Parts: sequence; structure tokens; C-alpha cells
Amino acid sequence: MAINPTLQPKLTFIHGLRHRILLILALLAPTAGIAGPAIQHWTTSNGVQVYFVPAPDLPMVDVRIVIDAGSARDGQLPGLAFLSNKLIKDGDFGLDADQVATGFERVGARFSTTCYRDMAIIDLRSLTDPELLNPTIQLAAQLVTKPAFQEDSLERERQILLVALQERLQSPSDIANDAFMAALYADHPYATPTEGTVASVKAIKRSDLVTFHNRYYVGRNTTVAIVGALNRATAEKLAWSMVKDIPAGRGAPMLTPLATPPADKTTNNAQIRIQHPSTQTHILIGQPGISYDDADYFPLYVGNHILGGSGLVSRISEEIREKRGLSYSAYSYFNPMRQAGPFVIGLQTRNDQANEAHKVALETIKQFIETGPTVTELEESKQNITGGFPLRLSSNKKIIGMLATIGFYQLPLDYLDTFTTKVDLVSVEMIKEAFTRRVHPEKMATIMVGNLESE
Amino acid sequence: MYIANKNILPIIPLAWAFLISPPVQAAASKTVHEYKLTNGMKLIIKEDHRAPVVVSQIWYKVGSANEHSGITGISHVLEHMMFKGTRQVPAGEFSRIISINGGRENAFTGQDYTAYFQQLSSDRLPISLRLEADRMRGLVLPDDEFEKELNVVMEERRLRTEDDPQAKLYEQFNAAAYVNSPYHNPIIGWMDDLKNLKINDLKAWYQHWYAPNNATLVIVGDVDPDQTHTLVKRYFGRINPIQGAPLKPRNETIQQGLRRITVKAPAELPYLILGYKTPVLRTATDKTDVYALEMLASILDGGNSARMARELIRGQQIAASASASYDLLAGHDSLLLLDATPAPGTSVADLEKQLRTQIQKLQQQPVTDEELARVKAQVVAENVYQRDSVFYQAMQIGILETVGLSWRLLDHYVENIRAVTAAQVQQVAQKYLNDDQLTIAVLEPLPIEQKAQQMTGPRGNHGH
Repeated sequence: MAINPTLQPKLTFIHGLRHRILLILALLAPTAGIAGPAIQHWTTSNGVQVYFVPAPDLPMVDVRIVIDAGSARDGQLPGLAFLSNKLIKDGDFGLDADQVATGFERVGARFSTTCYRDMAIIDLRSLTDPELLNPTIQLAAQLVTKPAFQEDSLERERQILLVALQERLQSPSDIANDAFMAALYADHPYATPTEGTVASVKAIKRSDLVTFHNRYYVGRNTTVAIVGALNRATAEKLAWSMVKDIPAGRGAPMLTPLATPPADKTTNNAQIRIQHPSTQTHILIGQPGISYDDADYFPLYVGNHILGGSGLVSRISEEIREKRGLSYSAYSYFNPMRQAGPFVIGLQTRNDQANEAHKVALETIKQFIETGPTVTELEESKQNITGGFPLRLSSNKKIIGMLATIGFYQLPLDYLDTFTTKVDLVSVEMIKEAFTRRVHPEKMATIMVGNLESE
Repeated sequence: MYIANKNILPIIPLAWAFLISPPVQAAASKTVHEYKLTNGMKLIIKEDHRAPVVVSQIWYKVGSANEHSGITGISHVLEHMMFKGTRQVPAGEFSRIISINGGRENAFTGQDYTAYFQQLSSDRLPISLRLEADRMRGLVLPDDEFEKELNVVMEERRLRTEDDPQAKLYEQFNAAAYVNSPYHNPIIGWMDDLKNLKINDLKAWYQHWYAPNNATLVIVGDVDPDQTHTLVKRYFGRINPIQGAPLKPRNETIQQGLRRITVKAPAELPYLILGYKTPVLRTATDKTDVYALEMLASILDGGNSARMARELIRGQQIAASASASYDLLAGHDSLLLLDATPAPGTSVADLEKQLRTQIQKLQQQPVTDEELARVKAQVVAENVYQRDSVFYQAMQIGILETVGLSWRLLDHYVENIRAVTAAQVQQVAQKYLNDDQLTIAVLEPLPIEQKAQQMTGPRGNHGH
């Protein structure tokens, strides 16, 4: 939900760890393979893929249901996937939103929904005490299987979503992101914001939600990840109770692949400046990047770690922030998705410094492509990635994020176990070669949102 | 924990969520070990052997609440400068060393504390301790690094405050609600103070606050307590304590009537903040009041079934968003806060009226048994969920110790919340949430004119 109900955070940090998409990336970003947890996997009779890791230490369980029903499935109605996902919380034909919320919260359970471009997610966290867990699972199963999509619920959520869309227009960062994705993806379903557009959100009808749900919220289009203090038999029972009434249906069709590098230069190298009365200009530069199954995944991932993916230590941060003091946050990342997700370089700076910062960012990436990383940089990056591997699996929450990603993107079950080895195999030459072939500053889109008059 | 804010700040809302959510009872006393070094530094170790990792956080008892007019923001600027080199470790090296050891690091400044942390494989803990001990007294504070970093901090202020209308309102709201309390000033500092900050101000600030007897080291993870204690003594034991002047209490002067401010800023949506003066755990004479206020905040906004969501967002549909928060762990008297964005067709005045009606309802009618039971069940469950994160567990200990409470309170939090009655909630609503103690701030949107220019073509030709 894009509306920000909280007041300003009370803490202020030395560095902001890049973009919020990176938070997703951190969750999805596979990591080094000093053996990961043993992943158990099975398929239910209605086609649901289940992934399970026992975590016996705390009396709690996490369940994440991922449906291939993210906004890439919106079709002609941007916002449809988002609303279909959000309205799950509004009840089935027997319960309204108040009863649903009370049903979870009176047993201390957490229930939430999230929608991205690829994924529609339903998250559940509960204690394992059967008196608390059983009603939680039963309620969640009802909602996933047959949400009511009541007219009045739709109307209310539509209004709230319209406010959220309006709020995006007061944030230079949101404006830049929307323009960036639109420029990169043109006619591809990744182009539109997950929250939709005003025209489309106004046009969505209850029947659209029902049709969407019936098509996509089906067994063969669903992945369930479970992490918690359960044994295999209990986990199987739990998974089955959640999904047993979901029809098998059929999997979603493949999304249109993207040519990378983009075939048509003119659609992707847009230079867009948007006037906004802010003191800073937000700059995003980029192009479509990689999918999870990309053959260049590892050289690009490790290379970017050096270029702009490792906080204050990376080259972009060094050039923009450490050497010149131009920006609080300067970064680059690949956001791997089902189809090529974006490669992004981003920063924000005082309006009158925007052109300078833009120039430095571009020169930094060009230089990196030209000369590649140094041997030392590569060694140090590998040490960070492999040495930090245990940190990526140090909580149930982190493990379930990994598990859901492995399941949803159909990565091999030994993906985590082999990750560090694959990182270690990357050489300076591989990075240089992959960046030269795949990353094209001259074809990148550039978005600048800020007060142009004061530049 | 959820992500609410925009752009680059993923870690911030996490911390914010911490501050508005209840701390945990973790049967802490069994796994927590407390030590004191002879130089006065406190060490608290919590064992958690679920994964081979450790988090090390060092908490200094200095934050924006220690600052005075003219140098606001100095604690936070100093936090940035702590990465800019010591006599032993040149600028930037701290981050590089942590990175090549597979670590993650960051630092944060709050009203009542400044903290630095590293997350590492547990066998790398000595690296973090050595570096952290070194910069406790060995910082160089070079002039050229200061000039650049001050620009970075001003960019940070632009990003977080200047260009975010809701954040701007919140800053002005605090400046109106608090008169002489140090919470009057923003953590990041006023822009004019930042512009006029000098390196010598920082040197004095560093010398005054950065010492073992003003610090608490919190280590949570896969470690052996006694071995870790020995290690910590080796790195920190030789650092001399300093003689600090006793802190002034700086208690807020009594508010005598409702205050109201307006901020006009380019924005799409109006926005509203209400705050009632309240005591906190450290300052309250009757601690049960504080737990009752905590319960009250959860009755209003402790989930999707709480009153804000049920009545204002869904029932009356007058708010597109609405929340309530209360931070019982603040170091000084604080506020019970309500904030909301109106739904289409609702005026800010109507929304304000309904928010205040919610408060009146709490004063006039006892909350239901069902609501109390719901919050208590959530507190019991959250108590387990929070143990999924070593970072979070360390945060709780660090905050409690740094604001002058004890980590042992964690053991009693659940029972203290479970003891709260409907009558107590009603009493604190009557006692504290009255109009004379209320400050209201309204964001009045000024139009944003947007126009996009598209310039396709070779890079050299688009004119910037």
C-alpha cells in the first residue's frame, strides 16, 4: 500500500541502502552457497508447489503463498492485480473485513498481502499452538479460495487506491520511478505501476476481479513456502488445508520476453525531465537488465556489487558521495524478475548539481564497462558476498523469502548450496565481457525529476 | 515491520516500526549476561544460537535531545564523520574492512542515542570490536572530509524533509508541540544550523560524549558470553573514561491550551497530525499509566481490526489512512500521536473532529473485553515473533539501557500489558488526552505543476 500512514521516522541513518526495490532484491537475491538449509519440496494433487524448511527453535510458523498474478497480469486494466490481491483481506461470502481482521488478530496471527509486478503474495505468521494455528489456517484457506469481492469493499479500496496514486504525485522519487519503468518497458506489462493508473482504477468492476481471481488464483499457478517449528507430516497437512479447495486450473502463460539489449534504440534511450517543485533532482538511469534464469546472472550480479551494489564501498557511491558529497544515496542494481527486470543507477542531488551528478554517474559506469573491475575489487566483493552468506539465512523471515523466490522462479533446489561456488567462479574478464555485451549507457533511459528552473 | 516510506530508506521504517510496537518479553534473564568494565562501559550479551551470526551494536548516550539551539543536527553529523578516519584507520577503511569480512554495517541517530552496528559471521566479531574501540577515542575529523560530508547530510535533509510534505509537517508539529523540551528540534537539525556547523563544534562534541562510560555495547548472536567478555575487555578495557557534566533535566514546560499550526507546501493531499502530551516509562510516577497508554494506542491502531482501521477507514470511510502511535521508551516526556489522510470527499476539519471523537469515546466508555483480549494475544505472539531477529533483540536492549531503563524490563513487558484493565485505559484517556494538552498540525497543499519534457536522441543534444 503506497499510502504512508506513519510520521517521519525517528532515526536517521548514515546511509540509506539504496532503493526500496532493493529491499525486495535483498530478499530475492540469491546468495552464496556454503550449504543452505535443506529444502523439502512436494506438489499437491491440485498442482500447488510446496517448499518447506523446518525451523524448530521458535514456536512459530511462517507461510508465504505466491501466485503468478502480479501486475504483469493486469492486461488492459492496470491496478487489477493489486486490487484482487488487496481485497483478499476483505472476506469471503460469510465474513466481512472486520471479522477477518479480528479472526487473525485475536489469536495473535499476522495476515498481509503484497503485490509486485511478478508476484501476488499472501503472508501468514502464527504461533504453532494448534488452538491458535488451526483457526488461522482455516480462515486463510477460506480467503484464498473464495474471496467475496463485495461491491462496497471494492468501492472503498478503489477510493483509497486513488488517494495513494495521488500521493505518488507529491513524491519526486515515485514520479521518477513510474516514468522510468514506463520509458524502459513501453508496451510490456512491466511498464505500468503495480498500483495502476487513475483511469484504469476508476474503470475496474467487480466482475473483472472475479474473472482475474478465477483465472490466476489456481493450483498450477501457486507456490507455497513454509518455514517453522513443524515436522514434514504437519507441514504437508497445513499446506493441504490451505489449498485443498483451490481448483487446479492452468498456469499463467509466459510473459513476453524482452530483447536485451533493447532492439529498438529509440524507445529506450528516452531522456525525460519532469518539473517538480522539489529542492533535489531525482535521477534514474537504466535499461532492462536480467531475469532469474539469465545466463549472465553471476558476472552481472558480482560486477554490479562492485559498481554500485555494496553501499558506501561501491564505485558509484565512492564517486558521487564519498569524493564529491553530491548525494546521500547513490547506487546501482539489477532487479532480476521473470523477464528482464530493470538495471538501475540512481541518486538525488540539489537541483543545481543535477547535471554534474548525472555526468559523474554516466562516466563511472562507462569507465567500469571499459576497464572492468580490478582484481582486488573482485576479490573483496567475493569476500563480502560469500563471507556474508550466513547473514542471508539467519532468520525464518529471511529463509522464507529465499524459499518463495526459489519456488516461484523455479530455481534448482540446490540453488543456495551452489551459489558461493558460482560467485567464486566469476573472473574480471567475465564481468568485463558481460557488461560490454549487456549494459549500454548510450541506449539507457534517463529520468530527471526536480525543479528545472533552478538548475 | 512494514515499509512505509519512500525511496532509499528501507531500514528506517524498520526502526520506526520498532519504536511504535511493543518490546518483547523474552525470558531474557536466562540468556542475557550483563557486565561492566572498570572504565564504566556496559556490556550486554544475549545468546542466540539459531544461526552462526552475530550483531554488535554500540550505543552512545547522545542524540538530538542533548543538543542546544545553533548546533542542532550535530550528533547526526558526527555519526557520519565516524566513518571518516582515525589515527589508525583512514577514511572509508572502516566500511571496507567490514565489507571484505562479509559484514553489513550502518549507524543511526535518534533523539536519545547514537548507535553503530555491524552484522557478521560470529567468528568475525573481533574485527568489529577492534574497529569500534578504535573510533571511540581515535577519530581524526579532517576538515576536507567534513566539508564533503556536511553536503551529504544536507542532501539527506532535502531528501527526507524538505521534499516530503508530510515530514515537513511533522518537523513543524514537533517545534510547536514542544517548547523547551529538546524534542523541539529535528534529529537531522535545522538547515541553517547545518550550514553554520564548524569542525571545531564536532571535535568538542566528540570529546564530550564518546567515551566508555557513556556507552553500552550490545552483542546478540551465536557467541559464548564469557569468552566474548574477555574479548571486549581486551579491545575496550584500556580506554579511559571521561568526566562528564551531569545532564540538565530539560523538562517540558506545562502546556496550557490547545495549539494549532498550518504548513503550506507543494502537495497533492492534505494531512493531519494530533499529539497529546504524555509521560513515558522513564518519567512516569505511576508506571501503570504508561502501560495503559500503550494499550490505548493498540486499541486504536494495533492492527487491521483496531478502531482506526475498523471505524475511520472502513466504517465511516473518512480516512484513506489513519494511525496512532506512542513511544513508551522515549527519554523525555513525549506524545500520543494520531495522524491521518482524509478520504476523498472528507474535509480535514471533519477528519479532525472524528479523530477527537475517537479520543472522547475512550474517555467516556470502557474498551471492550474483546479488544483487550485481542491486544494481549498479539503481545504474547509478538513476543515470540520478535525473537526471529537478532538485530531487533539487540535494538530493544540498546534502547532500554540508553534511555536509562533496564533490559530486565523486557521480562515484564507482557505481564505488565496483560495486567491493564478497561478502567485504567479510560482513566489515562481522561487524565492525559485532554484538549489543553493537544497540538494539531495541518498540511495545506499548494498546487504542484508538473510538466514533462521528452528529449530523445543522442546524448549530446538534449541540452543539459
